[in-house]
Amino acid sequence: MKAVVVVFPGSNCDRDTYHVLQDVYGFETRYVWHKDRLSGDPDAVILPGGFSYGDRLRAGVIAAHSPVIDDIRGAAGSGVPVLGVCNGFQILVEAGLLPGALLHNESLNFMCRWTGIIVENASTPFTSKLRQGQEIPIPVANGQGRYHIDDEHLAEMERNSQIVFRYKERVNGSAGQIAGVCNREGNVVGMMPHPERAAESAINPDNGPASLIFESLLAHGGVAA
Amino acid sequence: MSRYVVRVVIANKPGMRDPEGETILSDLVLRSAKSGISHIGTAKMLIFHIESESEQAAADQVRRICDDLRIYNPAVSQISVDPAGTVD
Repeated sequence: MKAVVVVFPGSNCDRDTYHVLQDVYGFETRYVWHKDRLSGDPDAVILPGGFSYGDRLRAGVIAAHSPVIDDIRGAAGSGVPVLGVCNGFQILVEAGLLPGALLHNESLNFMCRWTGIIVENASTPFTSKLRQGQEIPIPVANGQGRYHIDDEHLAEMERNSQIVFRYKERVNGSAGQIAGVCNREGNVVGMMPHPERAAESAINPDNGPASLIFESLLAHGGVAA
Repeated sequence: MSRYVVRVVIANKPGMRDPEGETILSDLVLRSAKSGISHIGTAKMLIFHIESESEQAAADQVRRICDDLRIYNPAVSQISVDPAGTVD
């Protein structure tokens, strides 16, 4: 399977993500600079974490105007799985590919620790090997991770199974304890926690199931993990 | 054509949590001033200098830019666009 890691000025999880995709799970992985075209018909596109443009104006908004975003929008429209992690999630929201907004954490602090998330939708290309209700220990590291959406649209997302992950505990004041969402079609997923930081047993002390996020993607492409 | 100053204030929509404003109110203002203040909201201001035919045209252009470039996230924020004279 061919995977692309999109790199923006200020991305800082791009190498971790590349390593996990390429070295751990065997994806044929390449970086794409945000000013370049996506090209090459990737089977999956990952927007990694970081601080694109130093979070100026607000996290993700400037990167959302990068030239590559139009290609990502096209790929997403064709059903290609797209995952945004942390700043990647913020960029997908600002690009209008995912609903809602990501605001400063309730504490106004940068938060960097392990937490637990619960799988709500086990039907996306990134969650098909997980089961609904399954808990995943996983690290979070962000300052603007408080998911917000108004009640009317939240209810609509619930009806459409667009809530993918919820925090097990109240970590930052997110609406509905939301940690990750998807588009209506389910192929574009954004999540604030970092699965690439929990995808190998050496850095996953409880040997939790975060690796199944990547194994799900392999299964989606018909590859056995 | 003149160069106008246009101020854009990006503020939360009504009903949005504003932890920074809440802290300024509860832990600073209300601790030191026994006043009738019941709310403090924080906001971000952008100050544009823009060449235009009139003050109104300048404000209209800036509003279009803010809408087109998603300078504010309409899901959570609203803007006020206020002309503030010409650039000295």
